Amino acid sequence: MLLANTHGYWNLQSFWFLLIAILWIGYFVLEGFDFGVGILQRLLGRSEAERGTLIKTIGPVWDGNEVWLLTAGGATFAAFPTWYATTFSAFYLALFLVLLGLIVRGVAIEYRNKRTDPAWRARWDWVLAVSSALPALLWGVAFSDFVKGVPIDAHGTFTGNLLDLLGPYALFGGLTTLALFTFHGALFLSLRTTGELEQRARRVALRLAYPAALLVLGFLWWTYANARSMHDKGLVPGIVPLAAMALPFAAGIFARAGRTGWAFFATALSIALVTATLFLNLYPRVLVSSTSNDNSLTIFTTSSSHYTLTVMSIVALVLTPVVLAYQAWTYWVFRARLGGEEVGTPLEALARSPLGSEH
Amino acid sequence: MSALDLARWQFAVTTLYHFLFVPVTIGLAWFVAGFQTAWYRTRDERWLRVARFFGKLFLINFALGVVTGIVQEFQFGMNWSAYSRYVGDIFGAPLAMEALAAFFLESTFLGLWIFGWDRLKPKAHLATIWLVAVGTTASAYFILAANSWMQHPVGYRLNPVTHRAEMTSIAQVLTNSTLIRAFGHTIAAAGLTASMLVLAVAAWHLRARSPQAGLFEPVARIALWATLATAVFTILIGHTQAQLMTKQQPMKMAGAEALYTTQNGANFSLFDIGPWQKYPSKSLVSIHLPHLLSVLADNSWNGRVEGINDLQAQAVQRYGPGNYRPIVGVDYWTFRIMTGLGFLAALLAAGGLLLARRPGRLAGSARFLRLAVWGAAIPLAANLAGWLFTEMGRQPWVVQGLLLTKDAVSPTVGPWSVGLTLAGFTLLYGVLAVVEGLLMVRAAKAGPEQPGSLTAAGADTLPDALPVLSY
Repeated sequence: MLLANTHGYWNLQSFWFLLIAILWIGYFVLEGFDFGVGILQRLLGRSEAERGTLIKTIGPVWDGNEVWLLTAGGATFAAFPTWYATTFSAFYLALFLVLLGLIVRGVAIEYRNKRTDPAWRARWDWVLAVSSALPALLWGVAFSDFVKGVPIDAHGTFTGNLLDLLGPYALFGGLTTLALFTFHGALFLSLRTTGELEQRARRVALRLAYPAALLVLGFLWWTYANARSMHDKGLVPGIVPLAAMALPFAAGIFARAGRTGWAFFATALSIALVTATLFLNLYPRVLVSSTSNDNSLTIFTTSSSHYTLTVMSIVALVLTPVVLAYQAWTYWVFRARLGGEEVGTPLEALARSPLGSEH
Repeated sequence: MSALDLARWQFAVTTLYHFLFVPVTIGLAWFVAGFQTAWYRTRDERWLRVARFFGKLFLINFALGVVTGIVQEFQFGMNWSAYSRYVGDIFGAPLAMEALAAFFLESTFLGLWIFGWDRLKPKAHLATIWLVAVGTTASAYFILAANSWMQHPVGYRLNPVTHRAEMTSIAQVLTNSTLIRAFGHTIAAAGLTASMLVLAVAAWHLRARSPQAGLFEPVARIALWATLATAVFTILIGHTQAQLMTKQQPMKMAGAEALYTTQNGANFSLFDIGPWQKYPSKSLVSIHLPHLLSVLADNSWNGRVEGINDLQAQAVQRYGPGNYRPIVGVDYWTFRIMTGLGFLAALLAAGGLLLARRPGRLAGSARFLRLAVWGAAIPLAANLAGWLFTEMGRQPWVVQGLLLTKDAVSPTVGPWSVGLTLAGFTLLYGVLAVVEGLLMVRAAKAGPEQPGSLTAAGADTLPDALPVLSY
């Protein structure tokens, strides 16, 4: 049955739902290409040095990108404690695997260059590839389950097990995010490198374009079919999923035409709109119960008190613009492309700098 | 074992492990910022080499602090969902603020610091490391706000309809008297941890007479002063914390002193042994100094200090039948290990400074230098003992006086699931500890870059790395 939203849209719960959706969108758009770079560096980099250059494209930013996830988690805890508690304990083993992936890949990125031994670096590069693919897949699985529903009883308690989380739709969703993030990462690499590496990244991007586009198409169509059969088409305005479906195709066309910047923008927007589709489909629910839609958790049954939401709203409105400004500035500072033969210049920077030149 | 026991083990393992890296990160950030500022001010290239060298150690350590931190945020929901529902209205707020105000700051500006040597003007580049230091320190403030609320809940009410705690004043939560002292104590201890690490590295190079040894003489001297200052601050703030705790969490302090019966002019325990039980009701052997505990706890000769047995009786009256005592042996010994190691650190620094009064004596004293190398373990052990004391001493409560630990665990997660993830985290953390330890020792022994060999590559390459194609 269609879950009636008797509260209207102008309330703090809806605002925080929107904010959390934006945090997840930011996380997937940004860490999406981090995952893609991690997955592809084994394939694209033919030497240890080339792989080093590929990984360096995300070196300064991956950690900042991951903070979007921590902020989404913290915001959910603060604004919707019951959403946070039920979901995190229900998706227990899946989140454990995500955590293993995130821990290991952070270490792989940071530790590979700490020794020159080629075997050491090669091992970490393998670890990075696997540990990037794992969360890229599992986030898709988890988000599909949020929408499709998991067994939840009338007390809002999860009654299923791990197998309930691994249905065909959820696995299809996982493959979709894996392919889309990898495609996104290939385009990022072809934007951020020069010469032979750029060419290779572009070729891989072109090969990934259609599989990724078809998976997105299939996944959103399936999502729509689910929503129809559950009579909860909800709020999804047609244009959002339709654009999300079309954009990966457009990205492929742009990439073929050599407009890599536009292609990257198209995959970024597609990731954003796929995520938006899922959140719009959910609203005002946060976790669908497959047992009975009446048991679904909503923003109104899981939220914090009015006072806490008000305090957090003020904090978010003050801090978010500042964070966005300095993160954007970081991307501007590191906008230069990296070549396969990039050399760490014997620090002319120090010599060039007004201070260094004086001694 | 029950899911509850396993979940508690998991929290202990993952949190203590995480806290091996956190104080090093906080303290070392300030050191690196200080060294780089010395370079910026004096334009003496030696300070730059020192800054980049300790920056390298900072980064090796920072990586593990970050990745193990994600687990911290997730496991409240995963293992402690009943807790998260009950306190989320209050507890979630500082966590979200931490991410928004501190994590973004430290991660973004650290990226700029590592890779920005040749892209930023020196002044802007210097600002990035200071912002990293501010970010890591701010992060400590918010997470301690959350923890202090568990020790001493303020600014809340219990909602009779939802049976949850709800925030009524964010100002009270962020200015909790427990928080102010815990923050001072923790930051001072972080400074002590980093100071003794810097001292250990400098001592190793002095003792090995490595080619870079000359660089480390002034570093050792700075580290000795920093060790003394931070140890004294940690002890003094810790003392005010203990006085406050005697009022706010008297059971925890009574356990720490093995004080079973309430006394006026209470004795300070030098050494106590009780029967081999979790919850004994008296000591078997007790060596003590009369009146000193009352003086310490209350600044008065005959002040009244409450004992475990009397507090237990009061708690039963107030909360109903049950056991409201922490495991006394754990409480007593972790407190003593923590404070004992704090004094040991101060003593070591004072000894080193006496030696350093005459030029050359410090670098010549192999015995002291060897002590100083091993000294790096003192604050690490004290930090762990401190957290064990804080958290175990509050048991059986997870939120003092409001929620019992046994009622906080996730009802839907079975012992097999918790056991599996506990084994998984322990195994992975063990492997990473070995890798991290070896890298730290290797980087520390390799020493700073040679004069004239500085590369744009920055602080994250080891000096033995290929000069090209590495960053």
